[in-house]
Amino acid sequence: MTVPATGSTACPNCGAAIRFRWAQAAQTTCDFCKSLLVRHGLDLEKVGTQAEFPQTGSPIQLGVEGTWRQRNFMVVGRVSYQWQGGRWNEWHCRVSDGTSAWLSDAQLEYAMTAQLEGQRDLPDPQALNVNTKFQWGGVTYRVANVTPAVYIGTEGELPFTTYDKAEYWFADLQNVDGKLATLDGSESPPLLYVGEYVEFNDLALKGLREFEGW
Amino acid sequence: MVIAAGTPVQTKAAGLNCPSCGASLTLSTAGWSVTIACPTCGAVLDAQDPNLRILQRQQERIVVQPRIAMGTRGNWKGLPWDVVGCQQVTITVEGTDYSWMEYVCFNPFHGFMYLTDYQGHWNVVEKLKRRPEEDAGTKDAIAFNGLTFKHFQSASAVTTFALGEFPWEVNVGDTVRAHDYISPPFLLSAESTDAETTWSLGVYTDGKALARAFNMGGNLRSPVGVFANEPNPHIASAGTVGRTFRYLFLALVVMLVANVAMARKDTVFSGQFDFDRSKGDTTAFVTDPFELKGRISNIDVRIQTDLENDWMYLNLAFIEETTGQALDVGRQLSYYHGQDSDGSWTEGSRNDHFRLGAVPSGQYILRVAPEGDAISTQPVRYKLIVKRDVPQYLFYFLALLALAIPAMLSYAPRASFEQRRWAESDHAPVSSSSDDEDE
Repeated sequence: MTVPATGSTACPNCGAAIRFRWAQAAQTTCDFCKSLLVRHGLDLEKVGTQAEFPQTGSPIQLGVEGTWRQRNFMVVGRVSYQWQGGRWNEWHCRVSDGTSAWLSDAQLEYAMTAQLEGQRDLPDPQALNVNTKFQWGGVTYRVANVTPAVYIGTEGELPFTTYDKAEYWFADLQNVDGKLATLDGSESPPLLYVGEYVEFNDLALKGLREFEGW
Repeated sequence: MVIAAGTPVQTKAAGLNCPSCGASLTLSTAGWSVTIACPTCGAVLDAQDPNLRILQRQQERIVVQPRIAMGTRGNWKGLPWDVVGCQQVTITVEGTDYSWMEYVCFNPFHGFMYLTDYQGHWNVVEKLKRRPEEDAGTKDAIAFNGLTFKHFQSASAVTTFALGEFPWEVNVGDTVRAHDYISPPFLLSAESTDAETTWSLGVYTDGKALARAFNMGGNLRSPVGVFANEPNPHIASAGTVGRTFRYLFLALVVMLVANVAMARKDTVFSGQFDFDRSKGDTTAFVTDPFELKGRISNIDVRIQTDLENDWMYLNLAFIEETTGQALDVGRQLSYYHGQDSDGSWTEGSRNDHFRLGAVPSGQYILRVAPEGDAISTQPVRYKLIVKRDVPQYLFYFLALLALAIPAMLSYAPRASFEQRRWAESDHAPVSSSSDDEDE
């Protein structure tokens, strides 16, 4: 599943080799100098420097492989957010069917979602009230929490650029079957991601971080 | 940040000092803690802040000795867990405080798990990511996981003591609205603030097993009373009794069906006679002989008369011709009717019915001796019908009653346990709530 970059791609800032796990990435970070790089065709442009990446104890890391809905995926990128209740990570996963999925890891509660496109009249997350019901893709969800969140860092390969993002509103919706929907207010109209909470063991993750003493 | 493969990550961050009292602190949850309550001075600190900003300085505080030491590495259901924090939560019901302890357990892969201890009753609690369809506190019952959870209690729960690390912002004095629903051994709880509702699912767990798993030593206490989601120990025995009852009941039904099917129900004798006192026809007579066949079984006798404001008495003797053995029966029949100010009335019956059990087979005659008022000149016509081997339903009724007694006896302790459980709830019967006040 790892797609090597065609030809040699070098960091425009430090010259270190940039190796893509996913050839279509819109953005990546240089492992060496932490430059935030946006891709224009074959060229990479430095748009900023990644802030000191926040220390969170997630066992997930770039390169982790797992299984969701009978398909294999690899973690190729990450966006970290801070909200009032702490931090959470959205790990960008490339799935074996060529799509993207997101493994979210909020205080070690794991969920897998994928973007659901083509939904009309998506509500602005900031305007939502807790417990309001919505139905998307045949599944009914209830608003569980509505919160602003700040981008605090990214690493690896992402299907969009994040360098110009700051604070946006998010809404999580849940239901009785453990399904999850997230409305991401960073774009207008908002983006909708749907999926479900998953048990750590069910993802059959390989290549995890190790913890001393565990 | 790139982590070279194979380099283990520290879950513990040491070298920190409490900004309130200066005591050294260790964060043990790989950066996931949101608050830490200093074990030395009780100050509540922002664990997400590099300088451990003080959220709450403790002036006076109650100190609760946790039954599981902070930092204990336990092993539960095959996974290691570190106990990193605990809080005491208190609810006040009718002026009385009830407190329990919640222990925060951490595993760097599986996240957080909670243990609660209320007077020796332990629950292993998981924070739920699913949410029931119903809103907390609006219904008497909530459907979840295919079970029906009954509302047990709603109360305001206050954090009255905090120690160590928490994956949420905890402050002593924080209040949540707590709603508990039970389906033993499960406890479904909702804790609501204005901002959000958190659901959790507890499973009642033997304190001894947790004491072994988390090295509690002599700190474990015996449970007091009956807890909300404590499984009823009498349900198991009542279940056994219930099963036995069902099997025996089934056997009884089979026997009854077999009995009905096998019974001969033969009409062995039927005869019509006149009792005409005007002719002086009052002496005893014997019927033609009839045969009772088959196994020793009962006979069923019906007497049908046309009595009109009259009575008669029949002396009946079933006599086995070869042995001369007789079964004597006396039956009185009377039937009166008329009109009075309340309308028409009747008394007695024209017909009679009785059975004789365990009658041997053989050749029988029936000796009949009718008696009646000598002054009555009205003739009475009566019919005698004798049937052989008729199913005896009363036997089955008595057997059923005998079977039901142990089933009912096993129900009593079960019901009493449930009564003690619900006496502690918002749905206590009025009579037992006065008991609570006495305690």
